Amino acid sequence: MSHREITVTVNGAVRTATVEPRRTLADFLRQDLGLTATHLGCEHGVCGACTVLLDGDTVRSCLALAVHADGHEVTTVEGIAEPGEMHPVQSALWESGAFQCGFCTPGFVMTIYGLEQDARAGRPCPRSRTEIREELSGNICRCSGYQAIVDGAEAALTAATATATTTTEGAR
Amino acid sequence: MKPAPFEYWAPTSVDEAVKILSGLDDPGDAKVMAGGQSLMPLLNLRLSQPLHVVDLNAVGGMSDISRDGSTLTIGALCRQRTAERSADVAAAVPLVVEALGLVGHPAIRNRGTIGGSIAHADPAAEMPAVALCLDARMVAQGPGGERTVAASDFFDGFLSTALSEDEVLTAVRFPVDGPGCGAAFVEVARRHGDFAMAGVAAHVRLEGDVIAEARIAVSGVGLTPVRATGAEAGLRGAAPGDDAFAAAAAATSAALHPATDVHASGAYRKHVAGVLVRRALGTATDRARGNR
Repeated sequence: MSHREITVTVNGAVRTATVEPRRTLADFLRQDLGLTATHLGCEHGVCGACTVLLDGDTVRSCLALAVHADGHEVTTVEGIAEPGEMHPVQSALWESGAFQCGFCTPGFVMTIYGLEQDARAGRPCPRSRTEIREELSGNICRCSGYQAIVDGAEAALTAATATATTTTEGAR
Repeated sequence: MKPAPFEYWAPTSVDEAVKILSGLDDPGDAKVMAGGQSLMPLLNLRLSQPLHVVDLNAVGGMSDISRDGSTLTIGALCRQRTAERSADVAAAVPLVVEALGLVGHPAIRNRGTIGGSIAHADPAAEMPAVALCLDARMVAQGPGGERTVAASDFFDGFLSTALSEDEVLTAVRFPVDGPGCGAAFVEVARRHGDFAMAGVAAHVRLEGDVIAEARIAVSGVGLTPVRATGAEAGLRGAAPGDDAFAAAAAATSAALHPATDVHASGAYRKHVAGVLVRRALGTATDRARGNR
């Protein structure tokens, strides 16, 4: 199986690597780049722990090949805030106590981060707890800590929506 | 688990993809990958170990959505999320948008494609049932050129279609809803985004307040999505309402013999398919009345 050279912008930095075509995007991030905060739970697209952003859209990195990211941009949970700082989504989850063992947390953070980016940009995003639960239904927490996770998501999205409203009003 | 080694091909055109497939000793040794949201799990679990993977992600010009009079054509590589958010799709074939909202989760639909879901032909999936319900036509390209296959001839077994091993699905053509048309997709799943235990796509066309035509496809109850032809025949010329919908529900259930598996018993699926037919017909009729 011939290897391929790929160039991927990961968290703003251009990274080049030689990978087997069967290398998943998740394994490329974890093993080739050492970005181990992207977690692998089920490895067949059910649990959502490996969620990252590909060109700004949430994707399951276990269901994409590393070669699919060649020439594209990937954002992982390591890249949403400066080292030692928390992104507002992370702060909101922290305030809500939205984790038990923490294994699923990176995937939840990235899913909510994707929604939060929509909210900030004034694009449609879930508002009610029912809608939030539906949007988060692709992420599984085996400690079943959903109540606090939904609390944190709701707080983060409410704050982001207010930011967008303020920005829009400021532009008028 | 990780995928077993395979020879990787990344053609940049459909012609090149077909040439690669037909040039192999046995095209059956190859799997064609579009969005990969059905194939990647099989590769990761090594339930599928193809010697060759022909990846269509670098093929250009296969993601377009275009309307030509009474036909809406969606390129096979169009991401599900793109089609779901398309005003053109919503205006022409709203059933597609409603069903896409039930396909996996947003992170799946950002990668998954219209063509991939239909070519994979999972009998529990939403898009094959929608294609069957609407009489969509699949456009396939092979060594002999292009051909179209009606949905009624396309799904021929479990995860099996009329596509030859050296053919690529390039587009899906849906008939555009005219006046008096309404449709609905409803399903029962344990968790939003999971494969449904049963699902129903229904499409009605009213003339006055009589059902001129009804089409019903059921997912999750057989080796392929199934048309409820008996129920459809009973609805033709009927006045829409509880009596007609209950008869259609009974006719649908009577014709089905679903298997029992870890998710649900055959008896439950048989019953719930009827319930979903009644619900789908009610919603589809309401929408048809608002679309005159």
